Amino acid sequence: MNVIEASGLGKRYGSTWALRECTLAIPAGHVAALVGPNGAGKTTLLNMAVGLATPSAGRVTVLGGRPAGSLAALDGIAFVAQDTPMYKNLSAADMLHLTRNLNHRFDQHYAEARLADLGIPLKRKAGRLSGGQQAQLALTLALARHPLLLLLDEPVAMLDPIARHDFMATVLTAMADEGVSVVLSSHVLAELERVADYLIVLSRGQVQVAGEVDDLLASHRMLTGPAGEVARCAGRPVVQLRRGEVQAHMLVRATADNPVPAGWEAHPVGLEELVLAYLREPGAAALPGPTLLRDAEPSGVTQ
Amino acid sequence: MDIDKSIRTGADGNVSAHAPAGSPIEFRLDASSGVPTYLQLVQQVEHALRLGYLKPGDQLPKVRDVVAALAINPNTVLKAYRDLEVKGLAVGRPGQGTFVQATLSQVALPELTTLRRSLSGWLTAADGAGLDEDGIVALFTSALRDFYERRNGSSRTRGGVAAGETAGVA
Repeated sequence: MNVIEASGLGKRYGSTWALRECTLAIPAGHVAALVGPNGAGKTTLLNMAVGLATPSAGRVTVLGGRPAGSLAALDGIAFVAQDTPMYKNLSAADMLHLTRNLNHRFDQHYAEARLADLGIPLKRKAGRLSGGQQAQLALTLALARHPLLLLLDEPVAMLDPIARHDFMATVLTAMADEGVSVVLSSHVLAELERVADYLIVLSRGQVQVAGEVDDLLASHRMLTGPAGEVARCAGRPVVQLRRGEVQAHMLVRATADNPVPAGWEAHPVGLEELVLAYLREPGAAALPGPTLLRDAEPSGVTQ
Repeated sequence: MDIDKSIRTGADGNVSAHAPAGSPIEFRLDASSGVPTYLQLVQQVEHALRLGYLKPGDQLPKVRDVVAALAINPNTVLKAYRDLEVKGLAVGRPGQGTFVQATLSQVALPELTTLRRSLSGWLTAADGAGLDEDGIVALFTSALRDFYERRNGSSRTRGGVAAGETAGVA
């Protein structure tokens, strides 16, 4: 089952396309990370999947074909928006009460037990909780609905390192316990490798990379060798080239059994390095379907 | 949490904290090592097996506990445990967890202690001779390589280091 499926999806605000011709399928059972620079369309995509925004073009379904925003779709998904908005003057207990009454499924026992574990006082007003506690409260409200799909928009951007760790531990424990699928958008590349096992890179409103993290890492290599011989290796798909006077680094799409050109060294790449390379080269793409690879072209960055 | 239950006195007299759930080991992550997360878990189990911290029958940390403690993807832990199963080192028991099935430690713990003691003596001598840590590592690594090259010189075609005592150019 695909938890999110989009085909030709687009959203236009005025004359600007926030998301354009977005076609992707995110399989269930993963933590899928949606990364990209500001304005790449991450929030727009999530909002349309949730049903908070209507597409200007194309269509999007969730949880195996349920139209986004439909009752059947809403029943199975939970969404924590950016900055975890809450009614600041309501107590944590009131937030539970409100959420319970707005949903036909809400596990009060789970929610109270979680808040007790986290040491969040039920009587305290949401606005007076720390940033980390507010995020945990919002997450608890979402998880107490026992969703099949949890969507998180920049969940940890505002949190300190410990709050960030605890927040992600809660999300991932829910995944281990209940098998909930997770799609999150994030700027925090450094932690992605531990958390995400599926990656979608959005750039300028389009999907640039999509796939399982293990497959992506296995299919990319950093080649290091003499700058003068770059042209000789240009036959393979080059994602990024960084060339100095003498030495050059090329991030290429290749599998382990591809021969390494004589005189070159091949190194595996990490997720952060891979994502940064793609973000710096918006013309390169790694997609399951047809790709938009352009010719290798020096990016002008010298080493 | 009941602190008293989670602390026990080790054989060496040191007090060590243990997770109440009851695996002999805890995982840690080195984010800057560049080693994929699942591989770090695999290597830590293998390391614990070599040093005798884990023995057949011991339970590996529960997936959920590892996920909660390290905030890592459950699929990553499952991948590490699958890898250990494929290597024949661990076995999954449905509904119970993953257990150690084989051991990598070639010698028993008392012998390891004796070997460690004689190594300590050598280290003291090396330190006394003026070698610093990097110098000691370099010397040891080079001697180790020489040792295996000499020992396996005749048996290389049969598979190198693992060839064991019977390789015999003593």
